[in-house]
Amino acid sequence: MNHFLRGCFFQVIVKPIVWLILGLNIRHRERLPSQGPAIIVANHNSHLDTMVLMTLFPSTLLSKIRPVAAADYFMRNRFLAWFSSRIIGIVPIRRNAGGDVSQVLAGALAALEQGDILLLFPEGSRGEPERLGRFKSGVAHLVTCYPELPIIPVFLHGLGKALPKGEALLVPFFCDVFVGEPYYWTGDRKTFMQGLTDKINALAAQGQFSTWT
Amino acid sequence: MNLESWPIRHLTEHAAIALAGLFGLLIVASVLVKVLSLLHPARDYTELRQRVNSWWLMVAIFSVALMAPSTISLLFFGLISFLALKEYLTIIPTRRADRRVLFWAYLAIPFQYYWVSQAWFGMFIIFIPVYMFLLIPLRMILIGETDGFLKAVGTLHWGLMITVFSLSHLAFLLVLPVERNPIGGGAGLVLFAMFLTQFNDVMQFVWGKLFGHHKIIPQVSPKKTWAGFVGGVMTTTMLAGFVGPWLTPLVGWESWFAGLLIGIAGFIGDVTISAVKRDLGIKDSGNLIPGHGGILDRVDSLTYTAPLFFHYLYYLHY
Repeated sequence: MNHFLRGCFFQVIVKPIVWLILGLNIRHRERLPSQGPAIIVANHNSHLDTMVLMTLFPSTLLSKIRPVAAADYFMRNRFLAWFSSRIIGIVPIRRNAGGDVSQVLAGALAALEQGDILLLFPEGSRGEPERLGRFKSGVAHLVTCYPELPIIPVFLHGLGKALPKGEALLVPFFCDVFVGEPYYWTGDRKTFMQGLTDKINALAAQGQFSTWT
Repeated sequence: MNLESWPIRHLTEHAAIALAGLFGLLIVASVLVKVLSLLHPARDYTELRQRVNSWWLMVAIFSVALMAPSTISLLFFGLISFLALKEYLTIIPTRRADRRVLFWAYLAIPFQYYWVSQAWFGMFIIFIPVYMFLLIPLRMILIGETDGFLKAVGTLHWGLMITVFSLSHLAFLLVLPVERNPIGGGAGLVLFAMFLTQFNDVMQFVWGKLFGHHKIIPQVSPKKTWAGFVGGVMTTTMLAGFVGPWLTPLVGWESWFAGLLIGIAGFIGDVTISAVKRDLGIKDSGNLIPGHGGILDRVDSLTYTAPLFFHYLYYLHY
């Protein structure tokens, strides 16, 4: 039943919004993994980010795509919790629960264990639209557990203009999705995180974007 | 054949033949590209091939839109306006404060095409130039951001005029009284305007490639030449002279002049969008149509030819 509802939600609601109302310019879609485990790392400006990333995969893979999302936000009431975990299929993370990192990320590790593809936004929240915030290093913890795991950096542009944080009105713009080459664990957390930030910035530099102030 | 028994309501026999002729031209183009790539195996014809393939798709969609019931034809033109406006708003600088204003600008599209569907000429012709022109600044003032106000309000309205007002004239051709043009019908008028505009683009390109030396407007569009312009306009005028009486109510010199008008206006529309892109520092307006660029790159000439041809025809025959 959930499987059916999820399929309907993406085919009937998400895809028409993403492809007709918005419209995507995708570069190097072929670099996206065709199977898990893998992690997609993207910059985060809008609720649309997750939706757009999920539509990039074939529908047969949909149940394997697991956005990592804040439990305090996406599980805050029963309906939202049902929607987030059953329809979208998020892996909830307790951002401020304290405790040690491996406990916080246990759900994400379990998902990787069963061959899922995680969607991760290392900025932690959507933040200021169309600005890249500082990356949190949770992704590094995941990769230390699976050093072979491919990390695919993706740069998204325009979705923060279409639906920024705190707005409910969607305004159409063409949006860009630039997929980078797979990136791997460097053996050291600091260089790994710096490398990942550089990858996203390098993808961003490929585009020519109009100013939005 | 008498019109009553014709299977597709909205397409007269002449319009159907013209449409079939379009597919004939596409076949010629595809064969030509094939021959070229066989003659010069070393050269790369990928872009040309992409271009022709995209033409196939565009003509196919366009044909379906013309043969469909008129609501669907109008939706098709509305969609083109929407894509063009969206592309325009994506490439120009906009202000975050104007999100809601941009939304209102998008809302002008369904309204404008609704006036078309009702054949309400008076509203169609003033809605964007008058009402949206007055409404957009008002909506901006309600938000209250004055930094960059003039630029924002000016660029937004210019975009609406180009992508919605101008292009919607093509749709209005469809709802003009059929009895004034029994041989071609509304579809005949649209075919005439759109085909000659695109044909003119291609002919200006071909003449320029073959004989072009002297640049016509190097500061704006360095590849455009006098030979391309004059050759294109002449070819378009000739073709219009022959096709006009057969698809439209234009007779004799009226058809030739329509061709001249479309040839010259198409060129101006083309370089106007070139100037916009040059100002913004971009080569293509988007990536929607492989081999062509964005939708604005494709409809640039139409933004000038559609209203000019429409009013020329309207003045003479409606």
